[in-house]
Amino acid sequence: MAGAVKKLELKDVRKSFGANHVLRGVNISIEKGKSLVVIGGSGTGKSVMIKSVLGIVTPDSGSILVDGQETTKLKGKDRDAQMRKFGMLFQGGALFDSLPIWENVAFGLIQGKGVSRKDAYDLAIEKLRSVGLPSRVAKLLPAELSGGMQKRVGLARAIAANPDIIFFDEPTTGLDPIMADVINDLIVETSKGLGATTLSITHDMHSARKIADNIAMIYKGEIIWHGKAADIDHSGNPYVDQFIKGSAEGPIKMEV
Amino acid sequence: MSMTEQQDDAETARGFSPVVWLLDLCTRIGATLLGFLGAVGRLSAFAGRGIYHCFTPPFYPRLLWRQLVDIGYYSLPVVGMTALFTGMVLALQSYTGFSRFSAEGAVATVVVLSVTRELAPVLAGLMVAGRIGASIAAEIGTMRVTEQIDALTTLSTHPFKYLIAPRLIAGTLMLPVLVLIADVIGVYGGYIVGVYKLDFISENYIHRTWEYLTAEDVISGLWKASAFGFIVTLMGCYHGFNSQRGAQGVGAATTNAVVSASILILIANYFLTQLFFAGK
Ligand SMILES: Nc1ncnc2c1ncn2[C@@H]1O[C@H](COP(=O)(O)OP(=O)(O)OP(=O)(O)O)[C@@H](O)[C@H]1O
Ligand SMILES: [Mg+2]
Repeated sequence: MAGAVKKLELKDVRKSFGANHVLRGVNISIEKGKSLVVIGGSGTGKSVMIKSVLGIVTPDSGSILVDGQETTKLKGKDRDAQMRKFGMLFQGGALFDSLPIWENVAFGLIQGKGVSRKDAYDLAIEKLRSVGLPSRVAKLLPAELSGGMQKRVGLARAIAANPDIIFFDEPTTGLDPIMADVINDLIVETSKGLGATTLSITHDMHSARKIADNIAMIYKGEIIWHGKAADIDHSGNPYVDQFIKGSAEGPIKMEV
Repeated sequence: MSMTEQQDDAETARGFSPVVWLLDLCTRIGATLLGFLGAVGRLSAFAGRGIYHCFTPPFYPRLLWRQLVDIGYYSLPVVGMTALFTGMVLALQSYTGFSRFSAEGAVATVVVLSVTRELAPVLAGLMVAGRIGASIAAEIGTMRVTEQIDALTTLSTHPFKYLIAPRLIAGTLMLPVLVLIADVIGVYGGYIVGVYKLDFISENYIHRTWEYLTAEDVISGLWKASAFGFIVTLMGCYHGFNSQRGAQGVGAATTNAVVSASILILIANYFLTQLFFAGK
């Protein structure tokens, strides 16, 4: 453990929106090439945590290290260089609804890396294939696809520029169990194929078990447990036990 | 018993104390003023950033072209109709007025001056505020709430350069073009009514139209148009970009964009008119 290279590390990251203290000192790290899944209930700050790493949300305090480099204060060109290491699958897909599918997938290549539109088109078709979509969808608009297909497009866009670190924000939410499992397999396959480090968040335990090398649980803006995926069933932590059982009885009280 | 009575007295006394009332009033005025200044500050900062990104690469000519077409070409019917009927009404109304002191001959001059200096820019600005301001706010607001703006950032694309700069540039450039066309249509509307309804002789009407018109009349109108185009696109972008979550947030952003753009156009119009007036 000690010698392993840390690809991404969050140290005491805090973020509040007004009186709403969302992140209250998050500490986690991921080793290079590993997959960490963060589980936790709705509104516990999972999306805010990922957005802090991406620089979409600026943390109030704490530090975020990528390849050992502090990133919270990066601006301009340095920030751009950092962004090129990242790929992100958004919770709602966040596909650009005015652009055809292929341009969605190739967006980062055309805008970020200056690939010509023709080459980008070919690359987009290839990426669409790798997530199991036929080339005939390339010219359609996002609104013309089903939710499952949109997730695949989002996945294709996230991996298009061969990122070092990929973030998945609830990749299986809103899909039927079989489609969810197909997406899980695709995530494992594509990130292993790229040798990428991944950080996923989910409340789907089946998905977590399938994707994760390590699992962490976030509760009220803090990481309350982390360990190997295999240890999740005997964590000895009552919060984790309640969460994986999906029971209303236990220390976690829903604020209704 | 007497304790509570005393307390009640004290409370009533406090309720009516003019000093407390005055302090309270000051606090409220202060809070409103601070809120207003804060909003002005945020809007100015947003405008400053927007303008900065209009002039720094990368540029997106494709997107700019789309906005130019959207704002310029597709607004033509609305602006054209507005100008036509305004010119027509203006001819009728000024005829009614001028005939009362036998100055009917001034109708053509009044139509052309009112249209170019005032009515074409302001009415085109207001119509475009409804059409373009609303659609910009709705589009950017939807992109905000569906995380598409966040997605842009993760794909190494600056939202200000990609979304806002093309719209600001297109609005500022296209409104003068629209207004120039509206000038011609509006004057033609006046001509139609003048010749076919009020029985002016065509050559006379045309002669009267040109007689007192100066380049400055037209140009000052075009400067106004440019400012209004900037205001409309800026308000659309600002409210869309800061849209609150949910469909309701986008709806509110759209309404605010149209209302604030319309009011700002009317205010700016006064000050610009005064500026050109003083320049004489
Ligand atoms: N931009 C923002 N402005 C204000 N509050 C925000 C913002 N983003 C998130 N929040 C608040 O932060 C809290 C956590 O939100 P977050 O989206 O991280 O939840 P989550 O853990 O991802 O939940 P879910 O599983 O439902 O997606 C919520 O209370 C939310 O209202
Ligand atoms: Mg979330």
